Amino acid sequence: MNKLLLIGIKDLKLMFRDRAALTFMLLAPFLLTLAMGFVTGRFSGGSTGISDIPVIIVNLDQGDLGNALEDLFNSADLAELMEPSASSDPEAARQLIESNEASAAIIIPKGFTQSIIPAAGATFGQDYVEPEPIQIEVYTNPSSPTSAGIVKAVVDEFISRIEEGRTSGMTSFLQLMQSGLVDPQNIEAEAGTLFQNVEQTESNTITLTKNTEGADAVEFDLLSYFAPGIALMFLMYTVSYGGRSILAERAGGTLPRLMISPTQTAQVLGGKVLGIFFMGVAQVGILILASTMFFQFRWGDALGVIVLILAAVLGATGWGMLITAFARTPAQVANTGTIVMLIFSILGGSFISLENFPPFMQTISKITPIAWGLDGFTTLALGGTLPNLVEPITALLIMGAVLFGIAVVLFNRNGLVQL
Amino acid sequence: MKSILEVKELKKNYGDFQAVKGISFEIKEGEIFSLLGPNGAGKTTTISMLSTLYAPTAGDATVAGHSVTKAPMQVRNAIGVVPQDLALYEDLSAKENLIFWGQMYGLSGKSLTSRVNEVLNQIDLADKAKNRVKTFSGGMKRRVNIGVGLLHKPKLLFMDEPTVGIDPQSRRAILDTVKDLNRQGMTVLYTTHYMEEAQELSDRVGIIDHGELIAIGTQKELTKQVGHTDTLILHISENEDANALADSLKNMPDVLEARATDHEVSIITPQAENILASVVSKANERGIKIRSIDIREPNLEAVFLHLTGRALRD
Repeated sequence: MNKLLLIGIKDLKLMFRDRAALTFMLLAPFLLTLAMGFVTGRFSGGSTGISDIPVIIVNLDQGDLGNALEDLFNSADLAELMEPSASSDPEAARQLIESNEASAAIIIPKGFTQSIIPAAGATFGQDYVEPEPIQIEVYTNPSSPTSAGIVKAVVDEFISRIEEGRTSGMTSFLQLMQSGLVDPQNIEAEAGTLFQNVEQTESNTITLTKNTEGADAVEFDLLSYFAPGIALMFLMYTVSYGGRSILAERAGGTLPRLMISPTQTAQVLGGKVLGIFFMGVAQVGILILASTMFFQFRWGDALGVIVLILAAVLGATGWGMLITAFARTPAQVANTGTIVMLIFSILGGSFISLENFPPFMQTISKITPIAWGLDGFTTLALGGTLPNLVEPITALLIMGAVLFGIAVVLFNRNGLVQL
Repeated sequence: MKSILEVKELKKNYGDFQAVKGISFEIKEGEIFSLLGPNGAGKTTTISMLSTLYAPTAGDATVAGHSVTKAPMQVRNAIGVVPQDLALYEDLSAKENLIFWGQMYGLSGKSLTSRVNEVLNQIDLADKAKNRVKTFSGGMKRRVNIGVGLLHKPKLLFMDEPTVGIDPQSRRAILDTVKDLNRQGMTVLYTTHYMEEAQELSDRVGIIDHGELIAIGTQKELTKQVGHTDTLILHISENEDANALADSLKNMPDVLEARATDHEVSIITPQAENILASVVSKANERGIKIRSIDIREPNLEAVFLHLTGRALRD
């Protein structure tokens, strides 16, 4: 078996034999999540899920799709979650948001439907150019970020369904015309049928009914925010614990012993990094499994959760390595790691939603894997799937790679083994 | 007999400090060679360079024909190292430690299992194989530490002060193990500051002090340097003037040399018994209280004393 993997597995085994570390890595976040559950009323029977989100719909379109979106917000499926009101004045709607009287305003511009469904009389010749779709504006209230996020998620989902239908429909029609299977003379009628189907498909697809998990998924549970926040906070502890093990091995003589075995330095360092990665994945994985089993949390799309965990741990591992590269003793890593854990958990939004922070703080928070991880977990909790996680996952992977690169340079400069 | 280790002008500097000052020696296959010297003499630094942990500042060494600077991987495959400090995972069992380290030396499958079991028997810990190392006594840990170095049956075994800080019984067991290994054909480079260990184990001894190899040879060759002399060591109280006493003894008949260290005066003489009474009365004359007296026949410690003017334990 590859030595890199053997070193990583050995570190994971050692972690599971360290009772103090296990207490801090698993028991503490579990208990803290439990406590947050009671504080938020999640376990005391009270419904603390978000409901009756005030949303203003300005439907200037009045076309089929604009009406469909308005209907969606007024549908029975979203009746508990949304409290929509209609307006015809976009500026007035924005003012209501500014004055904190609603969480979001959805402004459906005039011509929205026509920009997607071809108008009567449109010709579909070889040189047909698709019109640029007109954008729906979701004007959000920064002081109620979660509610606004939910509104945005519903609109995004609606638009994404329309986009899917539009793109595939147009492509199919152009191909059918080019192959002569559809007469250009009849294209208008055919297209009308198609987009009618798109509307139906769209309205059928965006079903937020209880029996398809849609309603539950969209009903945002505050603990779905805090639980990953706490897990990510303690992940920072775990990566510094893992980093500490590099210096502890150096002080304990096992690292020099590894270096004089027929093992490449890169394998030793890579194995240690893999060990930290394994520890982080094990920790977050166990916490997620435990909270699913004991608290009935729904973390969202399983594939998205797995990939996000891997990316978040990688980003955090980068920080663990960087802290270790700057430290000279295991105690320094422990101290610095604890400070970084606390700062990052506050800055990253483990306890207070990032959207309550001023913009510059929100920007600074992006240096933390917690902020990106929470972004991803919130997206998943709101019903998002892996494709919706491209941004946080990319950011976390880049973070991990860059920090690891810096750490390697520092390790080389300072000497991994020499004291 | 063929050389398995050839050291040529090996140097190691830490900034301005010269830890090893260009030492050269060789070890023949099947030998037990001891590097004898006090703490800080450069023994561990030498082993660290020979085992490829530290790059030499200058010079080179070859192990089984492979240069430590140019072919470190081949050197690592050829050597086993028993470091001075325990280098084990205390939360793993003895067997888990041996398995892990065996894997790091490229062992796997049945060969790993059988070799681990052999080594456990060899270090007499087969019955405690599943116990975590942290539950072991110091001596048992030392034995596991040695076991790790033996797993891949190295051609040359470096043992860096393997008996430091353990009880006499464990020390005895380790010395017997070293002799057993050598009988089985293993070449051993053994570092120690215990003269008795070097005397008991070694075919040849190199005496190292302040980073320099000041003497090398068989014990017979080395003690010859001192001649047929005894060493009389006077242990005096802390507040006594050892230098003054040494100076007063230098001109006495049959005193070849008298040197003072912190609380000792060492006198080299052809026959210690002949001058004992005179030495004691000289000390009394100067009002110096002697706490105890040792008489040593020529041995490695006397050689060290002869060469450096200091006792080995200083």
